[in-house]
Amino acid sequence: MPEPLLEVENLSVSYLTDTADIRAVEKVNLSVQAGEFLGIVGESGCGKSTLLFAIAQLLSPPAEVTSGRVVFRGQDLVRLTDNELRLVRWRDYSVVMQSAMNALNPMKSIGAQFKDTMRAHERVSANAIRTRSAEVLHLVGIDATHLESYPHQLSGGMRQRAMIAMALLFTPQLVIMDEPTSALDVVAQRSLMTQIKELQQKLGFAVMFVTHDMSVIANYSDRLMVMYAGQVAEIGATRSIFERPLHPYSKGLLDAFPSVRGPRRPLTGIPGSPPDLGRPPTGCRFHPRCSEVMTQCLTTEPELFSVEATEVRCLLYADSAEPAVAR
Amino acid sequence: MISTPATVADDNVLLRTTGLTRHFRLGGLLSRRMLHAVDDLDMVIHEREIVALVGESGSGKTTVARLLAMIYPPTRGDILYRGRSVHKLHSRKDVLWYRGEVPMVFQDPYSAMNPVFRVAHGVMRNLKLHRRDLDGAQQREEAERVFDIVGLNPAADMLRKFPYEMSGGQRQRVGFAQALAVRPKLILADEPVSMLDVSIRAGILNMMARLRAEEETSILYITHDIASARYVADRIIVMYAGHAVEQGPTEVVLSRPKHPYTRLLLSAVPDPREKAVPVSADSGEPPRVIDPGEGCRFRQRCPYAIDKCATVTPLPRPMGPAHDAACHVAVPDVVDGDEAGTAGEWRRTPAPADQSLFG
Repeated sequence: MPEPLLEVENLSVSYLTDTADIRAVEKVNLSVQAGEFLGIVGESGCGKSTLLFAIAQLLSPPAEVTSGRVVFRGQDLVRLTDNELRLVRWRDYSVVMQSAMNALNPMKSIGAQFKDTMRAHERVSANAIRTRSAEVLHLVGIDATHLESYPHQLSGGMRQRAMIAMALLFTPQLVIMDEPTSALDVVAQRSLMTQIKELQQKLGFAVMFVTHDMSVIANYSDRLMVMYAGQVAEIGATRSIFERPLHPYSKGLLDAFPSVRGPRRPLTGIPGSPPDLGRPPTGCRFHPRCSEVMTQCLTTEPELFSVEATEVRCLLYADSAEPAVAR
Repeated sequence: MISTPATVADDNVLLRTTGLTRHFRLGGLLSRRMLHAVDDLDMVIHEREIVALVGESGSGKTTVARLLAMIYPPTRGDILYRGRSVHKLHSRKDVLWYRGEVPMVFQDPYSAMNPVFRVAHGVMRNLKLHRRDLDGAQQREEAERVFDIVGLNPAADMLRKFPYEMSGGQRQRVGFAQALAVRPKLILADEPVSMLDVSIRAGILNMMARLRAEEETSILYITHDIASARYVADRIIVMYAGHAVEQGPTEVVLSRPKHPYTRLLLSAVPDPREKAVPVSADSGEPPRVIDPGEGCRFRQRCPYAIDKCATVTPLPRPMGPAHDAACHVAVPDVVDGDEAGTAGEWRRTPAPADQSLFG
């Protein structure tokens, strides 16, 4: 296997407050190959956005990386200074934020914001900026005349496309996306996902895509990581997790949304809510909500076990599998 | 207390709109540009019925909810609630009566509650305003009862919480409890689950089905998620650019969609159980309906558009029993013997056979 584009080793992030140390991300290991589409799913408060921010080095106090490394193309991003980061950020990896309405400056035209972005990371001529801006807008299917437009003049779907265009101003090898489709309607969502996938295949960048709705990425991601309470609950090939989810939490997420086809089945959702990360439950963090809870789940904290090509953090698989070797 | 309606409504129709229209003026004082949010909507909600109003953002579905909630008056057309015209209610007593029977639950549970009050505040206020027959202790009991119904237990503890101490799903349950406290006949639920995590949506949807079964309320469920509409609703109304383009019994509309827009919506629903990615060239841009001329508003996106679509606005036509679509191209189901229902005259849909699902 070739050297991965991004390798996250043992990454932990805490929110340090006066009273508690909230561990939002705990000992996460993952790797992304060049050109790969990795989906990350979990409920609000599971640490998925914190993880993305930690990888992109966008955390601000009180959040802090307490341990671990983020190796991107051989460099540990955690150790880089701001000036060194500026050379890598946006040129080699870029970020698409959740709410395009809030992420775009309402006082500036799209073109002016593109210009700011390019100027911040490279010395470029006004001409080159104009050509490149028009090019990337064209890539996402927006007419170049909209460089003059202000964010409020665009629809939700177009704003989100403009954000993606901005992420592609340089030709990054990794685009990190934090729920870019969650504010969109189904039709716009489907069309945006298809477009992201097409761009990815055409330009060859890798995508890390965070969402709380598993169904959104079902047909697009290569590998899937399910996060619960700051930890990796399950990670493996998307198809195999959809066809044979191992972790009871993954099963719960898969059974949470109704279908428009097939028989109507009662939905159970997942009872309860995600734990307070300042005081996580003992043993397996999912045990208070788990439908298959066993006595040892209350006391033993499960490690990641390998079951075929999937890794799962659940004691159900303790006997049948070897613990996954920590990379 | 509540006076008996002047005219008795036919069979079990609770609410009926006829030609309901709402336009908004855009721009300055002298501007003549009109945004057509809702145009000529005819719909009916029966007792103990869950009706889903489905459409994209900008389709006018929230405007319909606000018209029904008397937040603004219609430009044209009428809303008849139990036979009484809603915008002719003027006395405080009548308005209170209507607002008590038809409360609204809002989309965003994070901003719909005052953060400085305990969650009991909203419920108790509703009880004080609408249930004056109860004394203080009875109101307290009633508040606990509605909290229990929506699954917030122990109710006594939950009532003492502040909104920030609750999760999004719990807050949305408080929203429903507030509505329930006034003994509603029809709850207007405007996207009640779209701000919530997928994992807790099912709980709210199941609760809505239970409210209908146990409290005998009707619900107008407004959503852009046609899959969740299928899960709870008896009937579906699909809106596009201010027009109701298709309506009928849920399973009929979803299994035999007639309007091309309904088909597009259905094809866009992600289905992980499906392996291939359906190709859709549609950009998913809903139109802004400013001073529209004649013609079908979906024609620019429609793969089946014919010349007539640009000149004549399609009116709802019967497609099958209690099933209408506003499309020139759609082909009705062949109904033997019985002629399909006429537009606007909705027959009561038989309750879905698998209703026991929701217990």
